[in-house]
Amino acid sequence: MSRRLVLRLGELVAVLLLVSFGVFMMVSLMPGDPAVAVLGEGHTAEEYAAKRTELGLDGNVFARYVEWLGNALTGDLGRSLVPPENDVVGRVLAALPVSVELATMGLLMALLLAIPLAMWSASHEGGLVDRAIGASMFAILSVPSFLGGLLLIAIFANGLGWFPRAQWVRFGDSPLDNLYHAFLPALTIALMELALFTRVLRNDLLVTLHEDYILAARAKGMPPLRILLRDALRPSSFSLVTLLGISLGRLIGSTVIVEYLFALPGMGSLVIKSANQGDFPMVQGAVLLIAAIYVVINAGIDLSYGYLDPRTRRAHA
Amino acid sequence: MSDQTVLEVEDVRTEFQTARGVVRAVDGVSLSLRAGETLGIVGESGSGKSVLGRTIMGLITTGHTTQVHGSVRIAGQDVHASSPKERRRLWGSEVAMVFQDPMTSLNPVKRVGTHITEALRLHLGLDKKAAAERAIDLLRQVGIPEPARRMSQFPHELSGGMRQRVVIAMALCCDPKLLIADEPTTALDVTVQKQILDLLTSLAESRQMATILISHDLGAVAGRTDRVQVMYAGRVVERSATGEVFEGPRHPYTEGLLASIPRLSDPPHTTLRAIVGSPPNMANPPDGCRFAPRCPYVQDRCRTEQPELLEIGVRRTSHVAACHYPLPDVDTAGDAAPPRAALAEEIS
Repeated sequence: MSRRLVLRLGELVAVLLLVSFGVFMMVSLMPGDPAVAVLGEGHTAEEYAAKRTELGLDGNVFARYVEWLGNALTGDLGRSLVPPENDVVGRVLAALPVSVELATMGLLMALLLAIPLAMWSASHEGGLVDRAIGASMFAILSVPSFLGGLLLIAIFANGLGWFPRAQWVRFGDSPLDNLYHAFLPALTIALMELALFTRVLRNDLLVTLHEDYILAARAKGMPPLRILLRDALRPSSFSLVTLLGISLGRLIGSTVIVEYLFALPGMGSLVIKSANQGDFPMVQGAVLLIAAIYVVINAGIDLSYGYLDPRTRRAHA
Repeated sequence: MSDQTVLEVEDVRTEFQTARGVVRAVDGVSLSLRAGETLGIVGESGSGKSVLGRTIMGLITTGHTTQVHGSVRIAGQDVHASSPKERRRLWGSEVAMVFQDPMTSLNPVKRVGTHITEALRLHLGLDKKAAAERAIDLLRQVGIPEPARRMSQFPHELSGGMRQRVVIAMALCCDPKLLIADEPTTALDVTVQKQILDLLTSLAESRQMATILISHDLGAVAGRTDRVQVMYAGRVVERSATGEVFEGPRHPYTEGLLASIPRLSDPPHTTLRAIVGSPPNMANPPDGCRFAPRCPYVQDRCRTEQPELLEIGVRRTSHVAACHYPLPDVDTAGDAAPPRAALAEEIS
């Protein structure tokens, strides 16, 4: 087990190095000249060249990468190019909790809805409820998230007035208020993921429910709900857990539409704004962090397979 | 009906609606079983023996496409007229089942112990500790070494034979009155098969449990059961005391089955006699006797008129067969009959 863990960690470090190099090189792919972005239009060629040197944009790429990475490891990702020229780490760390909270809350809400729906659907295969759930999931799946978000705002915020919009209260300031303000945006995210989760889990459950050990559990007199929860759910959750890991990593960096709709200061808005302004240290820092989180989450997912299915654990020596 | 009767099956029919028509997998089967009695059910694949086992359990989910007619009473309770909750109480505590493949009938993510303790806690209301103690005792009874250590292992860490022992322990945990073993050794190594069968028989005897042993293997049934029921195309074709069926089969199908088993007493290079043809299409069975198209003794009447299952026994024990022209009884046939004495012992 420990050998496997060490190997896994080695893999993790290698992937992170590759990702960080990719993120660093990304700057050269960004449209526009960073010097122009910083100084604005109407300066001489010499002034731009001088600015580029000042930003450390000439010189050996690898040397610059190593320096950047070294600084990153000590927690220094440089300063923003755009006034007020904030510390990158500070800005990113301010935006990250918003995105993480939205993504986590959205996924939890999606799971909370998807698991019972999938269990109901699978245990009544081909019945009216199963078909109704299937049809509504496809309907939800085909609604673009911005539309879903707008509808939720129109109904629950503007129409019924149950929830606020375009406000964000930090968790540290008032936890309850924070959850209250995060509810609608999280629900928007949940609806995006719900349909897929339900379909995937329902189909895996159907396969499991035809296994002999489910019949054997029935023949022991176990109640149906208990069989679903204790016998069928765990062996059926591989695809769902994999999907969950991918979704969580993806959502942290790409809830832009939801952040825009609800005017939330998350990672997505930060990256888009910085990229538009040519603020490359900000983009580098934010993307590096998102990528690192993504990689770590998926390594965790890999390790969780051992819990889900004891057969994938290495035999004890 | 005496107090001893554990199982009463009356004219049970199990029908599946398929694209090609209604398939009667079990077609009018009646039988009864007393405490401590062992019944072997034999037949080819598709003869309906496994479906009969599941129908007796009440494990067949009925609905638009599946229907069960007739009645099954276990310990006096009508299985199919019971509510799902009553049926669940019956399962495990009154009737239990051992399945064919121990590789798939244990949940791969559940520990061996949990498989047994959960039923003990549900049916007997034992607490965690008492259930674990009883489970360890059960594992010891089914011949599993180091039972305490096995409790925390996962099914994949055990061999096939050990797993089937766990399945048997699981089935026995709440002292059922009736045990249905559906091809319990088919998926196991030949060397392990005999051990498992002997274990089942001795447990059934010591617990005075009524047992149904379903098998396509006549050898598994011979010498281990009190009575044998031969099934063909969803119907019972012959049923009698095990020795009598093996020594003097009265139905041509039973005779064919017995002739297709190799025997040690045969001279080398003896050709095995197989039954020609294949079982009928169950969505469209023949009009008369279902075995008629394959029967070497077929007459015109067999093709038009379905034979009833009738008492044809000449001894004290009951011997029923569904044949218009049953084979002669060994005793009355004299020298013409092939020597079948001691056959049952030889192939068991």
